[in-house]
Amino acid sequence: MNRRFRSVALAVGARSIHNVFTNPALILPSVIFPLFFFAAFAGGLARVGDIPGFGYKPGYTAFQFAFVLIQSSAFGGVFTGFGIARDFEMGFGRRLLLAAPNRQAILAGYMIAALVRAAFTMLVVTVVALVAGADLSGGGVDLFGLYGLAVLVNLGAALWAAGVALRVRSIQGGPLMQVPVFLLLFLAPVYVPLDFLTGWIHAVATVNPFTALLGAGRDLIDGDAGTLGVAIAIAAGLIAVFGVWALRSMRRAEAAGA
Amino acid sequence: MSSFAHAGLLVRRSVIRTLRQPANLVFSFMFPLLLLAVSSGGLNAATRIPGFPTSSYLTFALAVPFIQGALFAANSAGTNFAEDIESGFLSRLSLTPLSRSALLTGQLAGVVALGLLQAVVFLAVGEAAGAGFAAGIAGLPVLFALSILITLGFGTLGALAALRTGSGEAVQGMFPLFFVLLFLSSSSLPRNLMSIDWFHTVATYNPVSYLLEAVRSLLITGWDGEALALGFGCAGAIAVAGVYLCSRALRTRMVRT
Repeated sequence: MNRRFRSVALAVGARSIHNVFTNPALILPSVIFPLFFFAAFAGGLARVGDIPGFGYKPGYTAFQFAFVLIQSSAFGGVFTGFGIARDFEMGFGRRLLLAAPNRQAILAGYMIAALVRAAFTMLVVTVVALVAGADLSGGGVDLFGLYGLAVLVNLGAALWAAGVALRVRSIQGGPLMQVPVFLLLFLAPVYVPLDFLTGWIHAVATVNPFTALLGAGRDLIDGDAGTLGVAIAIAAGLIAVFGVWALRSMRRAEAAGA
Repeated sequence: MSSFAHAGLLVRRSVIRTLRQPANLVFSFMFPLLLLAVSSGGLNAATRIPGFPTSSYLTFALAVPFIQGALFAANSAGTNFAEDIESGFLSRLSLTPLSRSALLTGQLAGVVALGLLQAVVFLAVGEAAGAGFAAGIAGLPVLFALSILITLGFGTLGALAALRTGSGEAVQGMFPLFFVLLFLSSSSLPRNLMSIDWFHTVATYNPVSYLLEAVRSLLITGWDGEALALGFGCAGAIAVAGVYLCSRALRTRMVRT
């Protein structure tokens, strides 16, 4: 990484982080929504963990914690896309393109902001889960793997949303960034393990990449790292695909004069 | 021109305006049905919990779109009202001899029409997918009446938000709060099967639980007088309080105008 790349990436990242953390309207939804889902699922559906054969040792609160952690990291990435769209809608993106000697570094800066944002949300969600009695019984290395997985999901979602934002260059593109991620998340085994799903949703969940990510996260909480390799390969694949998508979108924004 | 005629013109405008917006229709119909599909598939195993009232989670979950649809309708009513305030349409109306009650009735008519349409579509889709309807044919008018009352109740809350803030953006911002009410209710499991105490308490004090349970009683039990009385009572109370508060807010807004 050369100095020019680093200085642009850090400047864009610092600005985005400052914008998010000094504006409650931007940071609160990304923190409150995961907590709200956690409360609704872990609280309202706790008896689902008693279904015969459910068999998840750390318990239903921990089962839902894995989902909420992955979900909050994905949405941390999507919300960063909203910020990119806003910057380009207001003309700031155009000034960035004119000023930055390395335009890929602009994207890297936004990714840094996405990671910081997700890290903050994950910290809050983890504290709340521990207070709520989630049994995160996996060892330190396993839990490190869980957070690493969440970071990869965050990067993948942020690159997807950045690609949409750079093509649409308007906050009107928000649903286009959000809805596919929302659908993928909720078409995974959110409430019960994959084996408990039947019919069309089982078929969809089986081929949904989030199923493997979620399953690996839950296994890690349970102290089993056996499925982590597949999950990392899927997450890395998503990052590669959406990385190309975001870079091509950046070129399109440049060509359009942003 | 009588008050009825005045109201009639606004009713027509409100209904046409609501039903002509594809975005309103897509979100009001597709999103609740999509969530129904996801939750009924994902939580079907919950019917194995001892004491679950039905063997079909689809039948249990079918009550939820009725409330979700009402929440979307509330958003739509509030946004439409806010647009009228922001565009100055309400200011122009205030110069006419139109009464406040006619204005309010007219503005909310679109949302009531949407509520009825939603109830028909949700029930038809649910039945086509295999849900039960224990109350039979005689239960249909009761279900539709309840659905309209629920939609009207939430519609008045949307209109109240618009009248108090005068901003469509503020109305949109309130939408997640309505959704919190839905999720912190008996939307996913019956209250007697909730094992987390604080959640059970919140769901018990949350009127949305009683709206859901009234709709659910028609689908699962047939005729449950207590559930229906509580459901109609809660929906009626929300609607009456909403109309009263809207009327006061409208008076203030028109005086300001």
